Amino acid sequence: MLLPLLFLKKFIRLASLLFAVCILSFFLVNKSPVDPIQAYVGADMMRVGPEQREKIAEHWGLDKTPVEQFYHWSSAIVRGDFGTSMIYRQPVLDVIKDKFIYSFALMLAAWILSGVIGFLLGIIAAVKRDSWIDRLIKLYCYTLASTPAFWIGILLLLIFAVGLGWLPIGLGVPAGVLTEEVTVIDRVRHFILPAITLSIVGVVNVALHTRQKLIDVLQSDYVLFARARGEKGFSLIWRHGIRNIALPALTLQFAAFGELFGGAVLVELVFSYPGLGQATVEAGLRGDVPLLLGLVIFSTLFVFIGNLLADLIYLVVDPRTKEREAI
Amino acid sequence: MPLVEVDDLSVSFKQYTKGFKHKEVKVIHNLSFSINAGEIVAVVGSSGSGKSLLAHAILGILPRNANVSGTIHYDGKELTPSLQEKLRGKELAFVPQSVNFLNPLMEVEKQVRGALKGKDSFKTQKEIFEKYNLSTDVEKLYPFQLSGGMARRILVSTAVINKAKFIIADEPTPGLDQTVVKEALSSFKAFADNGTAVMFITHDIQSALSVADKIAVFYAGTTVEVAPVEDFTGSGERLRHPYSKALWRALPQNEFRPIPGSQPKGDELPRGCLFAPRCDMTTTECLEHLPEKRVLRNGMVRCIHAT
Repeated sequence: MLLPLLFLKKFIRLASLLFAVCILSFFLVNKSPVDPIQAYVGADMMRVGPEQREKIAEHWGLDKTPVEQFYHWSSAIVRGDFGTSMIYRQPVLDVIKDKFIYSFALMLAAWILSGVIGFLLGIIAAVKRDSWIDRLIKLYCYTLASTPAFWIGILLLLIFAVGLGWLPIGLGVPAGVLTEEVTVIDRVRHFILPAITLSIVGVVNVALHTRQKLIDVLQSDYVLFARARGEKGFSLIWRHGIRNIALPALTLQFAAFGELFGGAVLVELVFSYPGLGQATVEAGLRGDVPLLLGLVIFSTLFVFIGNLLADLIYLVVDPRTKEREAI
Repeated sequence: MPLVEVDDLSVSFKQYTKGFKHKEVKVIHNLSFSINAGEIVAVVGSSGSGKSLLAHAILGILPRNANVSGTIHYDGKELTPSLQEKLRGKELAFVPQSVNFLNPLMEVEKQVRGALKGKDSFKTQKEIFEKYNLSTDVEKLYPFQLSGGMARRILVSTAVINKAKFIIADEPTPGLDQTVVKEALSSFKAFADNGTAVMFITHDIQSALSVADKIAVFYAGTTVEVAPVEDFTGSGERLRHPYSKALWRALPQNEFRPIPGSQPKGDELPRGCLFAPRCDMTTTECLEHLPEKRVLRNGMVRCIHAT
């Protein structure tokens, strides 16, 4: 298939996905017990009379039917107007942009770390199959697979921040310091624990997947033939093993964007790290509807891009998909 | 002196049944045969008789849990694991069954060159492709893009590039059309004419007879008979072993009459002659111990009644 055509197909898929997500989340929020006016006014509610309430409702279009409201909101979204966050009193897009920089750094570090470490562990386990090191890696993976990320976060906090005092206990920057005075080292020190927590959990999938794939490859007919032709040792594993399992592992890593995002929400909460995850939780708890909907759309986009990249890599790298798409 | 001499080769696997109990499954046992330089020996037997494992045993690429006993001599020296490792892909070559034995994600030219390095390997590979009528655009193809005939020639050329002295071809002609089979067989013939020894493993007696000098008949993990190809004629009266005769008679162009029963599995082998349960010449002596191999009329047989 031609690349432009593929992009068109993917674009249509994205558009319909976003539309569905928008409808679903809009009506979910609509049916939720969150009262936007109360959320907006907050503690001053006592001083707002019923007439004033009605005026606000009318100003926001809350007296219209949900369908009309949705139309109003979605046409604003299409124009790029995501509204104003009630908590931050800033345009939603600005809030997301600010928070995303923090989250992105966190997720990128975790993504790379977990990918590289997981891949290496998987290879070692497969090559040394059934040895003590394989058992150790499997034990590590199974233990972590059944451990929630936030719990690991709390554990690391207890050990490295509370017990040993090596690293700060939370937040993205030191408390009580002016923004201009925050150094890069400060930022990195606040970043280490959340990033490690997120990576530790991410390792499992890649490691177990890589291990199984490599075991399959090493038992394949083509590795048998390669051995029959005198290939052996590291060069055998490199030529026929790693090249053939790198692609599925990479795809898995891209497809795991969703889990990464979900993990980041929890980890950011544990460490009070000022990223998108924390913003999402806050928006939900405090009834910041514009921000919440904006975040839903953004995270949909984020996960979709992850999957799209996975597909594209396959298309570009695996000769077989190229041929199949062409048919 | 034969180039390759296999003597009393046995291969078995430990298989776990229930809990920690395990049994020994013998896939190849007391197998003997030899091949001279420039000779083609076809190893013929029905599927599941352990023919492929024989190839893997000679090359030393059996799975880790395999037990091997007996001796293999190559060029007068004992073929130990370290010698196997040294010779594999050089003097010893393996031509596999199908394109599945090629790495699906690697261009074929790289696979033909294999572990060979240096400028010469490119040159040699190009020469071989030319010799086998493989155009230059085939070089960059991936295995799944090859036609049956091209795949065949690619697989054969992997043996040529290493200038092998002993080639083991494992079922090299399954499911191919006649012209491709012929082409493959003639390439083996050409190897033999250049002094290479070829062991040709197949269940296709027809193609075996058309190229081989000797036929080794394989039954339940051992060779019951080794006969010159000329003996496969008429209604099989010149053959030595009752199984070879039955096999020959079962062919469509002969009597097309199969014998009842099936070959015993590796974990339930009879104590005496392996063929005794299906043989109509069986006597009490046959049931007691495996018949020793003996030389008979320029061939070998494992049957006490053979004449």
